Amino acid sequence: MKRDSQWITLSLLLIAFGGLIFAYKVVRLGFPPYPDMESAAWTIQAKLELTPERGAVRANLVLPSRPTGYDIAQENFVSRGFGLTVKDGDYQREADWAIRRLRESKSLYYRALVIPATSRRNFAPRPDYPAPPELEEPFATAARDLVNEVRAESADTESFAAAMLNRLTGSRPDENMDLFLADVETFRDRVDLAQTLLAGARIPTLQLHGIRLDQDAQRAHLETLLAVYNGDEWLVFDPVSAEEGLPADFFIWWTGRGDLADVKGAHISDLQISTRHRVKRSLELAQQRSELQISRISLISTLQLPIQTQAVYEILLLIPLGILVIVLLRNFVGLSSFGTFAPVLIALAFRETELLKGIGLFVMIVSLGLFFRFYLERLRLLLVPRLAAVVTIVVLLMTAISIISDQFGMETGLSVSLFPMIIVSMVIERMSVIWEERGATASIKEGIGSLFMAALAYLVMSVDVFAYWVTVYPELNLMLLGVIIALGRYTGFRLTELRRFKPLVMQQKVPE
Amino acid sequence: MIGRILALKKAGVLGLNARNGDYIFHYNQRKYYPLVDDKILCKERMIRYDLPVPDLIGVLREMHEVADVSDMLGDRKEFVVKPANGSGGDGILVIVGRQGDYFLDADGRMVDMDTLEHHITNVIGGIYSLGGQPDAAMIESLVHFDPAFSRLTYHGVPDIRVIVFKGYPVMAMSRLPTRRSHGKANLHQGAIGVGIDLGSGITMGGVSGNSAVSHHPDTGAAIAGFHVPGWNQILDMSARCYEAVKLGYLGADIVLDRDLGPLILELNARPGLNIQIANRRGIRHRLDAVDAIGDAKHTPSERAVWSMRNLGERKAEPVVESATASSLPP
Repeated sequence: MKRDSQWITLSLLLIAFGGLIFAYKVVRLGFPPYPDMESAAWTIQAKLELTPERGAVRANLVLPSRPTGYDIAQENFVSRGFGLTVKDGDYQREADWAIRRLRESKSLYYRALVIPATSRRNFAPRPDYPAPPELEEPFATAARDLVNEVRAESADTESFAAAMLNRLTGSRPDENMDLFLADVETFRDRVDLAQTLLAGARIPTLQLHGIRLDQDAQRAHLETLLAVYNGDEWLVFDPVSAEEGLPADFFIWWTGRGDLADVKGAHISDLQISTRHRVKRSLELAQQRSELQISRISLISTLQLPIQTQAVYEILLLIPLGILVIVLLRNFVGLSSFGTFAPVLIALAFRETELLKGIGLFVMIVSLGLFFRFYLERLRLLLVPRLAAVVTIVVLLMTAISIISDQFGMETGLSVSLFPMIIVSMVIERMSVIWEERGATASIKEGIGSLFMAALAYLVMSVDVFAYWVTVYPELNLMLLGVIIALGRYTGFRLTELRRFKPLVMQQKVPE
Repeated sequence: MIGRILALKKAGVLGLNARNGDYIFHYNQRKYYPLVDDKILCKERMIRYDLPVPDLIGVLREMHEVADVSDMLGDRKEFVVKPANGSGGDGILVIVGRQGDYFLDADGRMVDMDTLEHHITNVIGGIYSLGGQPDAAMIESLVHFDPAFSRLTYHGVPDIRVIVFKGYPVMAMSRLPTRRSHGKANLHQGAIGVGIDLGSGITMGGVSGNSAVSHHPDTGAAIAGFHVPGWNQILDMSARCYEAVKLGYLGADIVLDRDLGPLILELNARPGLNIQIANRRGIRHRLDAVDAIGDAKHTPSERAVWSMRNLGERKAEPVVESATASSLPP
């Protein structure tokens, strides 16, 4: 009995395994489940124009490191003449350009391709609790009062931060806040103030600087958001409106109080960030993404193979699907055909010729072949030479059809060369044997049956999505294998048997 | 559709998938297949187990031996050429007479020596064998069918198919050649299938294709109510085949020879399911009944008797009545 349950286990395992790989590739690596899907990608560029002052020049540019919601697929630097070192930290990345002597103004470029990420990564590590700010009077008291007031009005870190930021907007007259706001001149001052006040309640905060990826911009506007740590995760607030949440199109370039660029020996005459929207094939992005994640799972796809091999595998990987159709037609419907899987091979030929033309060509070759085969029968050749003669005749017929149709400018005739000639020859041979043994009707009937199965297999195999799935997700064939194994244990009736055995049921209904 | 499936299940009808999956896989070990698939091996086995078979005149395995066929035949006027690994009755050439250099086939057509040799080379080449492997041609003596059957056949030899499950005969039918089947006892080709009551050996209603027939279309004789001679012996022989080839689910094809009595023509490891239609009965309940016996050892004759007693039609009634009963429209 153990062997009886083995097939279920195996079948389920195969289906689960294939499904898992598929799910991983779609969800984590962002492989698109449908072909021709497109995703938005952005090219961002930072241009740092330096005007030399004197001596050696060092320029430091903070690079995007972990922009939540986005991945950086490609990066390049344009900085002729400069020595470049990139410092890679977990949460902080910097490019350092250095040149001993700079004669004239020079622009340094950093360019990156930004693609939507499939997994969410934090832009910063878990922070320490900040020390309470050391303030002078009357600021110290004002801060204490503010903290106490806001704390009384809030329930947790989140509402505290929101309430504090709300007061900062100055919408409500508040003596304590006015004291602080009197000193605030710039936007950065306001954010610094928010940090100071929240630090008063020992709430860790972090400035997030970045740009909006929502339109092409020559000079993208740098924005700053405030991240507040609530003990478990970072919450992001807009320091002006006090709205919570990281906008989906906000690309975090760097964090902290530092500046984007820092230059010694020269001054920054221009620093501009430009963004350009690009539409890329999702598949391409997924491949780039999986390169970033160095995922071996992504190797399970034929996309890494040379392009010609890919074309071959697209066909090979479709065969199990065609064969599944044959299994269903034979064991569930109950049709029969010449050769177990010959219809699949014929169906593959139809892929090149299109269905109706393919059927036409097939019928033409087989009929002509049969005609010659019947003549050969009269010559009483031995079996193997006769088969060889049939194959040769089939090849000649195919050539003739191609040449003639070419003369008439019909291209379909050319694709006849893709018919599996050995299979066609075997079909001719089998048909002629059945023709003689059981008559023309049986022979033609079986021929039409095979053609029907081939047509059906073709129709299934020609669904573009299937071709896409098997090439990008070859693991789906594991699921197919599981299904085929399960189908192999089907011992119920075939559809045609319901008709065939009808008399047996009718008889049962007659009262005894 | 669901209703039909349930009704068929209830009637105990065995489908092709169930036959393969539930019976052939379980009870027929692959290593014993050659014993039935190769008619030459099968014949040797039958002889070793004292089961009567038509005489073997000769075997031709190589192309060059074909030239010797005329020596092998001597002046025989009747013989049958068969592919050793043929299927479905394909490639069987029946010679019933000879006039000088010409032979006469079952349909009365003239066959010259060249045609005969060509047929044999085709057989050896493997044109009729499963998968097209090279095959051997066997020539055996012609069965002279028992005249008892003459009113129920058109040319050809009617045969009796018995399904033997674990050594117990479980269902039987006779296949009557017709003009449409060109004298062949093949249901696909138009022969009539007739159920035979296991208990009595009396034929019941006939089936041509899927429709009931009460009279032979060519001879006009009533099909039902015919008592197959030597029925006990036929069931006994069928039961003994189990020991000979060790297949748990097999079909024995038996012919009645005028002089030699019942002969085993061939065995089949994958017997067809039409026997259920001919008998108007699903076979499964009978298979279950045999399964219920358990694994106790019984001799072939004990098993044959058990089948006659237990698997016969309940109403195995006198000849005339069963004839009228089965000629009623269904």
